[in-house]
Amino acid sequence: MNPVTPVTPAALPQLQSVLSPAGTAAHTVAEISWVLFIGAALIFAAVMALLVWALRRQRKARPVHGTLWLWGGGVIFPVAVLAALMVYSLQQAPGWLATAPPNALHISITAHVWWWEVRYQDPLTGQDVTLANELRLPVGRPVSLGLNSADVIHSFWVPALAGKRDMVPGRVNHLLVQASQAGVYRGQCAEFCGAQHARMALHVVASAPPEFDAWLAAQARPAAIPGNALLVQGQQAFMAQRCNACHAVRGVAEEGRLGPDLTHVGSRLHLAAGTLPNQHGTMARWIADTQGVKPGARMPSSPDIDAATLNALAAWLEHLK
Amino acid sequence: MTPPHNDKLPSSLPRPAGELERLERAWKPPEGWRRLSAVNNSQVGMFYIATALLFFVLAGVLGLMMRAQLALPDNNLMSPSTYNQVFTMHGTVMMFLFAVPVVEAVAVYLLPAMLGARDLPFPRLSAYAFWAYAIGGIAFFCTIFFGVSPDGGWYMYPPLTGKAQSPGLGADFWLLGIGFIEISAIAGAIELIIGILFTRAPGMSLGKMPVFAWAMLVTALMIVFAFPAIIAGTLLLELERAFDWPFFIAERGGDPILWQHLFWFFGHPEVYIIFLPAAGMVTMMVPTMARTPLVGYRAVVIALVAVGFISFAVWMHHMFTAGLGGNAMLIAAVASFAVAIPSGTQVFSWIATFWKGRVQNSSPTLFLLGFHFIFVLGGLTGVMVAVLPFDWQVHDTYFIVAHLHYVLIGGMVFPVFAGFYYWAPLLNGHRLSERLARWVFGLMFAGFNLAFFPMHITGLMGMPRRVYTYAGDLGWNGLNLLSTVGAFIFALGVLLFFIDAIRLVMQKTQVPHGNPWGASTLEWLTQDDYGVRSIPQIDSHDPLWSRPSLEAEVVAGRYFLPGTLSGERETLVTSWRVAEPRHLLVLPTDSWWPFIAAAGTAGFFLLLTVSQVAIALTCGIVAVASIIIWLWQSDNPPFAEKAEVGDGIFLPVGAHGAASHSWWAMVVLLCVDASVFASLAFAHVHVAMAAEVCPPPGASLPLWGWPVAAAVLLLAGSAAMAGARALLGRGRKHGVWLLVLLALLCMLAATGLDGWGQRLAGLEPAANAWSATVAALLAWQGFHAAVLLLMGLYVCARSWRGRLLPQARASLDNTALLWHYVTAQGLAGMGIIHLMPVF
Repeated sequence: MNPVTPVTPAALPQLQSVLSPAGTAAHTVAEISWVLFIGAALIFAAVMALLVWALRRQRKARPVHGTLWLWGGGVIFPVAVLAALMVYSLQQAPGWLATAPPNALHISITAHVWWWEVRYQDPLTGQDVTLANELRLPVGRPVSLGLNSADVIHSFWVPALAGKRDMVPGRVNHLLVQASQAGVYRGQCAEFCGAQHARMALHVVASAPPEFDAWLAAQARPAAIPGNALLVQGQQAFMAQRCNACHAVRGVAEEGRLGPDLTHVGSRLHLAAGTLPNQHGTMARWIADTQGVKPGARMPSSPDIDAATLNALAAWLEHLK
Repeated sequence: MTPPHNDKLPSSLPRPAGELERLERAWKPPEGWRRLSAVNNSQVGMFYIATALLFFVLAGVLGLMMRAQLALPDNNLMSPSTYNQVFTMHGTVMMFLFAVPVVEAVAVYLLPAMLGARDLPFPRLSAYAFWAYAIGGIAFFCTIFFGVSPDGGWYMYPPLTGKAQSPGLGADFWLLGIGFIEISAIAGAIELIIGILFTRAPGMSLGKMPVFAWAMLVTALMIVFAFPAIIAGTLLLELERAFDWPFFIAERGGDPILWQHLFWFFGHPEVYIIFLPAAGMVTMMVPTMARTPLVGYRAVVIALVAVGFISFAVWMHHMFTAGLGGNAMLIAAVASFAVAIPSGTQVFSWIATFWKGRVQNSSPTLFLLGFHFIFVLGGLTGVMVAVLPFDWQVHDTYFIVAHLHYVLIGGMVFPVFAGFYYWAPLLNGHRLSERLARWVFGLMFAGFNLAFFPMHITGLMGMPRRVYTYAGDLGWNGLNLLSTVGAFIFALGVLLFFIDAIRLVMQKTQVPHGNPWGASTLEWLTQDDYGVRSIPQIDSHDPLWSRPSLEAEVVAGRYFLPGTLSGERETLVTSWRVAEPRHLLVLPTDSWWPFIAAAGTAGFFLLLTVSQVAIALTCGIVAVASIIIWLWQSDNPPFAEKAEVGDGIFLPVGAHGAASHSWWAMVVLLCVDASVFASLAFAHVHVAMAAEVCPPPGASLPLWGWPVAAAVLLLAGSAAMAGARALLGRGRKHGVWLLVLLALLCMLAATGLDGWGQRLAGLEPAANAWSATVAALLAWQGFHAAVLLLMGLYVCARSWRGRLLPQARASLDNTALLWHYVTAQGLAGMGIIHLMPVF
């Protein structure tokens, strides 16, 4: 049920770079950035050249035309450059006050310490589909993100798509993004939010619209039924260990809302908000040694869980694709 | 009054026998451990600079710890909670305990000499400000050794720093500790403003004032209007944490963004508060190093003033990603662009001055050139981040870390180091090593660029700020390692500097410093504990260049006030614009009271943090009592009506009313007060506008009768105070204290009525943010009523003891000034609370 081949981060060292844009807004900003870098480099070189020239050894004092220096260099030159830059940047600015077009997809993201709750609307039933820590988008379609926070101020930032927008308790901020090419991009909380601010990442998977639709339909379904004894044991362990106090798994236990929804946790690329890759062994490690992996996370470690139970629990969670 | 410069100098030769000895005796600083009681600004200035540098080193070590942790991905050198405390303390200590204090310290040390004053007008206030800062700052820093430092960032955004998310003591240490260190910065600012405006050498009109004094004047005025916003902010956040008044809690109608407005209204001017003094130092050094007068004195002064104004319009650029309205962001962006223009003007003035002159190849020049390189680069990235879409990407990334270190280290640390090399001879005549200076500069310059230039790229590649670690597969590893290596190279340069500086301070011999760089300004005249032997008459920007004989004449005592007339410490007060001599000011002498008061104040705030209420209150009482004793010794009748400050030149001794320095200091203090009030009123309006109905459900306002009655009583109180002043002018003793008591009764009754009305209306501050802001305004007014109670009784006591006289009346005049302000503040507060719902 995973239409996009997971791309390992190692293959894409630029996946969080401002200068490797993959979204319309980010493309514009990247272009503005290059204009700024080149312009600044030229001005810097010119001012330094002037300074070096001013320092040339000389026998006697040179006359100086003060008005020319101060009005020309100190006033007219910066005013002209800054005015041009202002006009240019306003023209280029990616729809910074734009409202979402009618065909936009609406997704709500609520930040928590230290993970992301992502809510889609099921196009069939109109019901909310609550997911976590991963955002999937259809390429080429505008997406309006409604951003808020459940606790402290966070900031949503996926450099490849667009600039950041803060997530402030009591407010909903909007950000319009549009992926221009398929791929996996990494984002990270950009407003300091406490102990694990560093480990609050989010992966964005942009895929072709049909793939995206299929993915959303799959995510809207309840959890997969355990197909063998190990998985049944894992599901029982989930309840016995009281994981369900905080985590919901649709179709199994739906009341826990303090932690990320785990209905399809096995389909995600990463665990614990980008802290661990979701591969064999990491789920068990995360459950047993939560505080070792992400000290301060609002989930206790389970050091006393026996190996068989841990193995079954991890296997069950991994199979929730 | 102002003698023209001909051969007739104000004082003739020979000087009477014993004149110099009397002057030396009056200004002799205390020795041994009694040096702690010194109040002379040059003495305090030395302690002040040394303490600020101590914090530079301490916060620098924290910076190195951060770089060590970030050298490698997934590093485990520090736990996340330790790292978060370390980066919070690095920022907080650098900004509040190093950057602002060091520029105030240099100013306090240099300005008396540079202006030709024997001392600034409030030496005891300077001593108090310094000791409050030193004791409070060191105690605050020590929290890091116990792991109880604040860990919410130097900008302390709630809700992260609210009680729910940060239940520990760290945030309280920040709020109370830093809150009162700002009070110390404000005290310093008042001293500087009044000193610069009223104690300049005769003839040093505003247009001939050294640019450093201009820079400090603008800076100090900025402190007066910017720091109150953060004082109000810390007050509100501490009230929220201590009493659950929900100013910033969204569920109860508060708004986390309100804190950001208050913080950055202070926080951005703060950056220029740090930079402008450094720019002023650069403007002092460049002409000396180029051996030619500054090109564009007037343009540079206008640029300084322009930066001061514009910097109050840019605070929202720290909130570009917070989701503000489009117009607000556009205005902030335009202002952020505009602030680059006056900075550019200054850079061109410096380069033009280099161009015009013949540049000395010596240590200050090296640091000045390093400053130009780094600061211009930092200024250019500053323009970049004013471009909104670009900022949305790089905001809160290492690009910003790079930018702010370029402007702060480049714009402030390099000029201050240039200044240390330049002004070091003033300390004891010895110079810092020129040979070592090349190493210091080389290491600092190379290390700095190696550490911070790569951060631009790290940020563009996506690394956010304030992360304790990062994954190894994001392409950031090499850049981070480079930054760490660079940081340690930079630190090595700083270490080398301190080794040389300690060698300099340890010199046993005092040699005449002369004028080693061939500078043009008065601080290079031969100075002693009493400042210059005689206070010169100035007629140009560059007095030592335009009158080569000045040094000899000053030392011979041929100018104003070549001795002491009262046998005590004295200086000349001149008019603020053209610096005509106006009167002779007798200055207070060394005293333990400022030190004890400062220790008491620090103890009060810090012990309150750790809930030692009883000891804290004792400390508070000690502080207030010491201040009262210290004040009691001041405001004395003049020793004579007229004093002869030069041959046949008589000046009045002391002044009262608007001619008095203390009256103007009170006016400045009231500007601070009004700015705090305005910030609290802003909080109320902000919260009220966000509420759907006002007052919100469950809250209500008192009936109109209550505020109207309170207003009438406030006005009556002010009228009584005005009456008391008029009576004193006619020499009527008894009426004065009776009227003051009457005014006091009116003030207390008014405050009581206002509060009682709110109580009857059911004010419940913890219920919602609206009620909390109303309660905060009431509490602020109540605090003033309490201050007036103390001051009113103090004035009465002076009257009873016969110390309140027509010729020694500052106590009454200044109390009356505050009184009228509190009346106005009370009326405004009630007006805002009652009129908001109408709109």
